[in-house]
Amino acid sequence: MSTRLTRAGRLIDPTRPLEFRFNGKRLRGFAGDTLASALLANDQMLVGRSFKYHRPRGIVASGAEEPNALVNMGAEGRFEPNQRATTTELFDGLSATSQNHWPSLEYDIGAINTHLARFLPAGFYYKMFIHPRPFWKHVYEPFIRQSAGLGRAPKARDADRYEHFYAHVDLLIIGGGVAGLQAALTAGRAGRRVLVIEQTPHWGGRAPVDGGEIDGQPTEAWIGDALAALSEMANVTLRNRTMGAGIYDHGYALGYERVSDHAPDGGDAPRHRLWRIRARHILSATGAIERPLSFAGNDLPGVMLAAAMRDYLVDYGVSPGDRTVVVTNNDDAYRTAIALKEAGLEVPVIADARDHATGPLAERARGMGIRVETGMGIAAVKGGKRVTGVALCAQAGEGAAREYVACDAVAMSGGWSPVVHFWSHCGGKLTWDRAGAMFRPDADHPPTGQDGLPMVTAAGAANGAMMLDACMADAVAQARLATIAAGGKARKTAPPEVECAAEQAIEPVWIMPQGAPIEARSKMWLDFQNDVKVSDVQLAAREGYESVEHTKRYTTLGMATDQGKLSNINGLAVLSDALNAEIPATGTTTFRPPYTPISLASLGGEAHGELFQPIRKTPIHDWGDANGADWEPVGLWRRAYAYPRDGETVEQAVAREVTNTRENLGLLDASTLGKIIVQGPDAGRFLDMLYTNMMSTLKPGRCRYGLMCSENGFLIDDGVVARIDDQTFLCHTTTGGAERIHGHMEEWLQTEWWDWKVYTANVTEQFAQIAVVGPNARKLLEKLGGMDVSPEALPFMAWADGQIGGFDIRAYRISFSGELSYEIAVPASQGRAFWDALMTAGQEFGVMAYGTEALHIMRAEKGFIMIGDETDGTVIPQDLGLDWAISRKKDDYLGKRAQVRSFMANPERWKLVGLETLDGSVLPDGIYAVGQGRNANGQANVIGRVTSTYHSPTLNKGIAMGLIQRGPERMGEVVEFARTDGGRIPARIVSPVFLDPEGERQNV
Amino acid sequence: MLVLTCPYCGVAAEETELHAGGEAHLKRFGPGASDEDFTGYLFGRENPKGVHFERWLHANGCGKWFHAARCTATLELFGTYSAQLTEPPEPIRKAISAKRPGWRWREFS
Ligand SMILES: [Zn+2]
Repeated sequence: MSTRLTRAGRLIDPTRPLEFRFNGKRLRGFAGDTLASALLANDQMLVGRSFKYHRPRGIVASGAEEPNALVNMGAEGRFEPNQRATTTELFDGLSATSQNHWPSLEYDIGAINTHLARFLPAGFYYKMFIHPRPFWKHVYEPFIRQSAGLGRAPKARDADRYEHFYAHVDLLIIGGGVAGLQAALTAGRAGRRVLVIEQTPHWGGRAPVDGGEIDGQPTEAWIGDALAALSEMANVTLRNRTMGAGIYDHGYALGYERVSDHAPDGGDAPRHRLWRIRARHILSATGAIERPLSFAGNDLPGVMLAAAMRDYLVDYGVSPGDRTVVVTNNDDAYRTAIALKEAGLEVPVIADARDHATGPLAERARGMGIRVETGMGIAAVKGGKRVTGVALCAQAGEGAAREYVACDAVAMSGGWSPVVHFWSHCGGKLTWDRAGAMFRPDADHPPTGQDGLPMVTAAGAANGAMMLDACMADAVAQARLATIAAGGKARKTAPPEVECAAEQAIEPVWIMPQGAPIEARSKMWLDFQNDVKVSDVQLAAREGYESVEHTKRYTTLGMATDQGKLSNINGLAVLSDALNAEIPATGTTTFRPPYTPISLASLGGEAHGELFQPIRKTPIHDWGDANGADWEPVGLWRRAYAYPRDGETVEQAVAREVTNTRENLGLLDASTLGKIIVQGPDAGRFLDMLYTNMMSTLKPGRCRYGLMCSENGFLIDDGVVARIDDQTFLCHTTTGGAERIHGHMEEWLQTEWWDWKVYTANVTEQFAQIAVVGPNARKLLEKLGGMDVSPEALPFMAWADGQIGGFDIRAYRISFSGELSYEIAVPASQGRAFWDALMTAGQEFGVMAYGTEALHIMRAEKGFIMIGDETDGTVIPQDLGLDWAISRKKDDYLGKRAQVRSFMANPERWKLVGLETLDGSVLPDGIYAVGQGRNANGQANVIGRVTSTYHSPTLNKGIAMGLIQRGPERMGEVVEFARTDGGRIPARIVSPVFLDPEGERQNV
Repeated sequence: MLVLTCPYCGVAAEETELHAGGEAHLKRFGPGASDEDFTGYLFGRENPKGVHFERWLHANGCGKWFHAARCTATLELFGTYSAQLTEPPEPIRKAISAKRPGWRWREFS
């Protein structure tokens, strides 16, 4: 069994017991525990079920590389699946449940899959679910959806707070082990601004567990001194619980700080903090990860990485088993055997795959009375939900069992892989180190930054310098280079004096035994989380998968949440062997950020709810709020769709607003309309290029409706242009188009016609604009008194400055409704007061506010187009019957050349018409018109579509606008529209101007 | 996340401050242009692995367009310069030649 030893672990505070729950069971741990160490202390080795076969799984590792111990944490607004028990710090009241099993962890129906394993090989999904086609929708997909995914997505709203934090540093050091701390000392002393981030709560990495001495003192004491020295430096920042998440272009890096995961009731603190870091240079001191060995049954609970077992023993005072067999191809695992023996636990045998073991560590183990068997491997691990023993065999053979050894734990070590992720994120290349049997950073091909120089330096174990003496020497040398790259000066210094045991070379052993038969290889796990076995990778190779990237996707090797931290190199080695290729020739898969999964909420930071994006409000917005406005978003603006009154539906309100505006008087808050001033000696010439019409001939005091096209010829915006004086124009744009069109103007001015003398300014928010619309519009303005608003003084399409009701205003005689209409601009600060004055004085004339839907209906009744309804980026003005607004006199305007391309001039183009159903009903929006015959795919030929459709309260029937093939030539014809349910709606093609085609209502 | 220095305001701007504007030094063809010239102007673009010239807008900054010369393969930046030029200026071309001898881009080298 696994249990807590009487000798306290290095990181444990035995005076602070904590209570927690696992699957509802009340358990005890101590301050300093991880959830994993606390579970092991309570003999809870079984922690989950594997993804595909639902195999019972135990804790394998002690850190971020853990593939099995994924749990659901918390409840409701703090529920989160797939949390690694090995990186979850224990706190009082923690509640976790295991995943991927039903009905319970101990008895799981899905485990039947393990007996079907023969029928679920690599590529199973691709092979199986193709035929028969109808089965996909009704059988396979529901089944896969039911079983897909580890854990369950949370349903409640996240109860926590998250934030972003920006940091600019000379040197970012990722990893706070001895190499990282040494580098921080070097760069810090050189006066560089240094940020050191460490993913665990503890500094010094695994050096205190592995032993050795630095500068004549135990590593733990050296780490303490280094931290003390660094904390004295104002230019050095140390952050633990902060993982390097990824490195991006030009020295950009993300850090992921778990601020209060370990103390969830810590008050106001955010849960996670995303560090957005810009560094002149980055040093990766991220250490190395131990590899498993592939032998039959290596996934049974109780089989662990040898170094992880040592961590549990030394750091947490937890023994994963009473009798542990150690299996290895290198010297490091001997440290585990020695530590176990020193703790009074049994180590019946060390099975070493190498043909001899004569290093100091092996000699020391033998000296302690531990039996060492060389040339030996594991033929099979015995047990169900827990290891009960191993069968040993010769590594060189085919697995004939030599001996059965009873045990309750197996410590395995297949060697170490440097954590090269941060070297690789931005394109650093790797080199295969044959002696060390590992990929390590290739210093000749580093990731480069903005200046083309190396952007990342790797140091210590992350650079392949595994043993403490080599690690510290490398840290000193690389720290100097990194300091210089970060803009500092650093002299060459001697590395610190290091004492550590010498190690005999690793023997690259990937599967055990060498000649294992298929039955054994089908039980050797490479990827524990995704259930990928040695036999799967070999099958992929036989089926022709030569690229490691393809094999990964075919077998799902390394595609789980751990991203193959344990499995990638082993899988690669097995693939290379199956392909008869060298490991470096097969290559690695791509390392992508984030290093381990980070919370989506941390990426969002504070940008949610009201802070998600700014909301733009007009000066009249508050009146709308007080008068029942039904708001709709238009870009970042909020505009009133309608102003329903007591008991009214929105539809009823819209109809009332239309009717009242047509019969009496309506006010529209048009402040959101874009207003751009274009000024300068070349302003007219410039606008002639921007608009399809001639603007330079417009007289001061007059307005003209204009169209703007892109260089592709497509209509992008429209609006009324007013000439203010000889050199000044005011261009109205659509509400959504103001910033875009202003940008469009600036782009052409800055990058094409930079010698033209023109300035532009977007003054949209400087003015409130109110449309006073309806037969009583002039009466209202005359009652308020001031400037002459008679048809003689201010005719249709004219504008004038003046005063009304004591307000300084500019009145435009323009109409988007077809009614007598004045659009009146006042300084934004006067907008609300002017609106109130109009409302009060307008009572006797039946004034009512109207919203955007009434605006839309009234413009549609008049056949006026709306950018975004009648246009979609493929429509040219000629399609909309707007040829009258295209100047024939101009040599050039944006879009002119494009509009004579053959396709643009094709008479078959869909063109604007009005549409009326035969029964007066309203056509569905966007519905397609179908013509005769079928196309090559057997579908009905489509000949047009509806672009705007409304119930007209004025005409009391449905009206619509649409684009129909040769539409204007087909007036009076009835065409059919296809409903999604298969039905057809006949509608007659009519003029798009449904009301007052002569314009008698507006021109009074 | 590139960092480009805006030649107008001098700010070393993060990519979040900038807006990419596609290829630099396009020559506009208008009415009267042949179909071939006009198509090339609208749609024909270089797609180099290596030296490239681009337009960028300092959108959340001074609002000015500028040009940048950079390597599309390594993201190395050779320099930024005024958008009001029809071809890359000599100092930029020299800087590129120092790092990518023999480079060619359209008619420039
Ligand atoms: Zn700028």
